[in-house]
Amino acid sequence: MTETAVAPPTEPAVRKATPGEARAPRRSGRRRIALPYLLLLPALLLELLVHLVPMLMGIAMSFKELTQFYIRNWGEAPWSGLDNYTVAIDFDAPVGQALLKSFLTTCLFTVLSVGLCWLLGTAAAIFLQENFRGRGFLRTLFLVPYALPVYAAVITWAFMFQRDNGLINHVLHDQLGIGDSPAFWLIGDNSFWALLVVSVWKGWPFAFLTVMAGLQNIPRDMYEAAALDGAGVWKQIRHITLPSLRSVNQVLVLVLFLWTFNDFNTPFVLFGKAAPEAADLISLHIYQSSFQTWNFGTGSAMSVLLLLFLLVVTGVYLLLTSRGRKTSDV
Amino acid sequence: MRRVRAAVTGVVTLSLAFTATACGGGDGSESSPKTLTYWASNQGASLEVDKKVLQPELDQFEKETGIKVKLEVIPWSDLLNRILTATTSGQGPDILNIGNTWSASLQSTGALLPWDAKNLEAIGGKDRFVDSALGSTGAPGKDPAAVPLYSMAYALYYNKQMFKDAGIAKPPTTWDEVIAAGKKLSKDGKAGIGVEGSNLSNNIHQVFVLGKQHGADFFTADGKPDFTSDGAVAAVKQYIDLMAVHKIVAPGNAEYAQNQSLSDFAKDKTGMVLWQTPSQTFSSQGMAPEEWGVAPAPVPSGKPGQGAQTNSMVAGINLAVFKNTKNLDGALKFVKFMTSDEEQILLNKAYGSVPPVKSAQKDPGFADPSLAVIRDTLATSAAALPQVPEESQFETVVGTAVKELFADAAAGRPVTTESVKAKLEKAQQQMPKK
Repeated sequence: MTETAVAPPTEPAVRKATPGEARAPRRSGRRRIALPYLLLLPALLLELLVHLVPMLMGIAMSFKELTQFYIRNWGEAPWSGLDNYTVAIDFDAPVGQALLKSFLTTCLFTVLSVGLCWLLGTAAAIFLQENFRGRGFLRTLFLVPYALPVYAAVITWAFMFQRDNGLINHVLHDQLGIGDSPAFWLIGDNSFWALLVVSVWKGWPFAFLTVMAGLQNIPRDMYEAAALDGAGVWKQIRHITLPSLRSVNQVLVLVLFLWTFNDFNTPFVLFGKAAPEAADLISLHIYQSSFQTWNFGTGSAMSVLLLLFLLVVTGVYLLLTSRGRKTSDV
Repeated sequence: MRRVRAAVTGVVTLSLAFTATACGGGDGSESSPKTLTYWASNQGASLEVDKKVLQPELDQFEKETGIKVKLEVIPWSDLLNRILTATTSGQGPDILNIGNTWSASLQSTGALLPWDAKNLEAIGGKDRFVDSALGSTGAPGKDPAAVPLYSMAYALYYNKQMFKDAGIAKPPTTWDEVIAAGKKLSKDGKAGIGVEGSNLSNNIHQVFVLGKQHGADFFTADGKPDFTSDGAVAAVKQYIDLMAVHKIVAPGNAEYAQNQSLSDFAKDKTGMVLWQTPSQTFSSQGMAPEEWGVAPAPVPSGKPGQGAQTNSMVAGINLAVFKNTKNLDGALKFVKFMTSDEEQILLNKAYGSVPPVKSAQKDPGFADPSLAVIRDTLATSAAALPQVPEESQFETVVGTAVKELFADAAAGRPVTTESVKAKLEKAQQQMPKK
């Protein structure tokens, strides 16, 4: 505005400036478009390197006869076609049988773990929605499992689950008198439940955190209106809280599902290299098939199968939920 | 604007540089001729103890040769994986310790330097080493993949006071006597003998020796897995029966994998334990040397006079050189140094093991009765685990089968010849097909 007023006396200067000025915004506009991509580039390159390249290598390995004789230079391993896959899914032979059993165990485990994590997390978040004395303390306390390093936390659980010197049996058997003799938790059938306890303990704070964030977005006056209309706590949760949390829950459940299904650290730290049959989760099973029996080809084939399964499940889930979200968004 | 452009260029360059180093990261074989990287296995009571034992020797080596050795002590549980990773990436140390039972498995990867006549000559020749120790340095008929560093063997350790209290006059020599003694010891919450039911390697060591006593090898002469022979099944069943039938092993031992059976022994909760050189662990757990005795590991009863009966595997640590070392000359010098008489005497004394070097064995320090038993065992009655490329897989699958059988026994489920055979059959079918 002021420039145009000053412009006439110093015309040449302005004329000189105009193209420059005109170019500058255009160029910075182009830059402004390019800049985000440039800034993303490092991450993209690393992502490529850290995720995509190993994944492609893994897929290539799954078609090779990769044993200890070739691991020094796996490119030289002979191609084996679909052999690794037929071994992995031959459910009449021990390798396939064990993989199928491990897969089913993992499915059951994941459903229970995700279900319990969600239930506990949601209950705790709703409970802490009201302001009361000590709320901040409880919120912090609930997040402790999420903040602890996995290894330290799980190894502590491993100590507690020891049969003869562990805290769990001390409480259950010595103090409460449950069972004729102290139970085993780290071997045998009980190991499934031990693993579930640790998994839920480790996973529910994330659900709690996510649901708590979701709850902040629900307008308080909806509850006030509902209360005026005579809706009790349960009705409010059913008709206001849960429907409003829908999109949060969709993401939460998917993430928990993927994390739990793929969890390697928890069983590895809890049981060591060879998990008990009852708690033989698929990640550790694949690890054992590749790194413990040095049968990297079959292990890679199993990984690819797992990847396909997770892709299909995730795809179907996203399809189903996004359809729901579109209608609810409108 | 120029600043922004510079910043963007900087970020991109930095990220490229970062990705470049990410590919070529790690130290190790890129060392200059004046340095070596050494991965030592954890031998002492802790990683710190190992550093304290080894560092002065490495300093000594540097003084003599001008070559600096970078030391990393690696816990057992990680060692094999670390070696495999180093093998795949080619980014390994120059020199490393390996468990001697892995020799043939690691040899087959082609990552280790073969000890041909020329290389052996550089360290004083093959004849410096005890035969049984050389027996676990690689597949027969091939150049060794490693040289022996520390030797160990299994022996029977017993609690003198508990034996006295139970009225047992002398340590058992046969399995029947072990069971008889074990039954006398197993009362008032105490147990006869300890096992490490969830430790796969230990399981293998025990059932391999029992297998030998039953005439089974777990591998055929041409190197094929043979886990289900009558002898192998009988061996595994005999080991599990210590808990399942004879009840001289406490059920809790089924989940032991962190040497808890040694703590139980040191705390007078278990009367006997079959182990390789545990004296350091005993004293670190507060058990004085005069409180325990040592006897040769048991042999089968009723079969005397058939020559030397196997009662231990040849246990020990080997020293290997990574084939792609950039400092072969320095690495050979280092191996020569570590297998010299002085270092052998010093290091084996520090770790409570026996030198695999003949001349070092003559040192009076190894005349102690507890070590004499081990020395004799190694000289006369120990057998090397099968030196086949699949040895490492065998440890995993059969070790796991034994672990599962112990879990069954601990839960009170019957362990029969059929159930043992079924587990071993499953283990055998998990072995990679060749």
